[in-house]
Amino acid sequence: MAENPMPQNAMPQNVMPLWEVFIRSRTGMAHRHAGSVHAPDAEMALQAARDTYTRRGEGLSLWVVPSAAIIASDPADKAEFFEPTAEKIYRHPTFYEIPPEVGHM
Amino acid sequence: MYTQALNQRDAAPAATPEDAAALARFQARIDADERIEPNDWMPAAYRRTLVRQISQHAHSEIIGMQPEGNWITRAPSLRRKAALLAKVQDEGGHGLYLYAAAETLGVSREELSAQLLSGAAKYSSIFNYPTLSWADIGAIGWLVDGAAIMNQIPLCRCSYGPYARAMIRVCKEESFHQRQGYELMLALSRGTAEQKAMAQDALNRWWWPCLMMFGPPDSESQHSDQSMRWGIKRFSNDALRQKFVDATVPQGHFLGLSFPDPALRYDAEAGHWRFGAIDWAEFRRVLAGDGPCNRQRLETRRRAEAEGAWVREAALAHAAKRRARAATPPLAAE
Repeated sequence: MAENPMPQNAMPQNVMPLWEVFIRSRTGMAHRHAGSVHAPDAEMALQAARDTYTRRGEGLSLWVVPSAAIIASDPADKAEFFEPTAEKIYRHPTFYEIPPEVGHM
Repeated sequence: MYTQALNQRDAAPAATPEDAAALARFQARIDADERIEPNDWMPAAYRRTLVRQISQHAHSEIIGMQPEGNWITRAPSLRRKAALLAKVQDEGGHGLYLYAAAETLGVSREELSAQLLSGAAKYSSIFNYPTLSWADIGAIGWLVDGAAIMNQIPLCRCSYGPYARAMIRVCKEESFHQRQGYELMLALSRGTAEQKAMAQDALNRWWWPCLMMFGPPDSESQHSDQSMRWGIKRFSNDALRQKFVDATVPQGHFLGLSFPDPALRYDAEAGHWRFGAIDWAEFRRVLAGDGPCNRQRLETRRRAEAEGAWVREAALAHAAKRRARAATPPLAAE
């Protein structure tokens, strides 16, 4: 049995799978989420994403990712989930005191 | 995460009791001008309101392709034809951005589409008027898209993140729509007497329906107050309508055209163009399904859906076949 990483296999076969679209707008920039499209497979998802989200040269590169493959943190847990970073103020440069005579550092 | 795979109806819609504390926290976030994102807690009524508004908006874009699509093959030049094709394609794109935003609220594309096709969902009343002449393409770009921009710019700051982001994208593209329409009207207005008459006739027919696009007067608007509190709506229907009239009347005069409203006059003291009474009975009639083109618009949409069904089925079957093949281990003999 082959392990298919495509989670849209888990979806009912009679509905169009959903894909998240990410666009790199310029070289040097990260891909950024733009929206989503429905398409039966990856190739058509790329074409649909191009037609839907890049009609005016908005992109140099496109990613499409099956929506079901994205694992998200739960906003309800965000206080506990991100809490440890808030109290570690020593991770920020302003925590350390340098005499002004030393100049910019 | 942004959108979820929600092609199917939620088996168990979240029926969490909405305690007053959660509601107060939610309202505090809105009042602090924070954006609400798909997985955040939100009151059920906020979700319902947004699904209704965003999907109506999406349906309007999709149905809105028809009145203009009517003239693509008869555009008078290649330049105009290319512009009109691009504009109609944009409207389709806008519908898709908006459906994607609505889907983040837990409703499936199939449900939304079914609501449109069954006639259960509403869409903007303006698209139930016919495009009788080429000048109507100019009037739609200038007036209908102009009114849409007035409505949509405040939505770029809507409290629901995916809707606001979709609207930013839409607004960037609408400006071309309005400018090409006005340029078309300008060409006709500076043309032969017949061409100018055609432009005037289009303005006469589209003006009042465009004023109705902003919705019922504030005195009888059903959803306004709550939508304002939730940061979905930023300006009242009447305020936006007045803003549109003030911006548009001088543009019409520049074209050398007149407006079909004998009561239209400039109120120098207030700095506003005052306009006559709107026929709200007509608005309600068109919204209820009795406009000049309601049946035709839905019929066309249903036919497109039915005639495209085999393509979608074939594409899904092909994708399923390829997945099945990829999953089958090759025979040892091969």
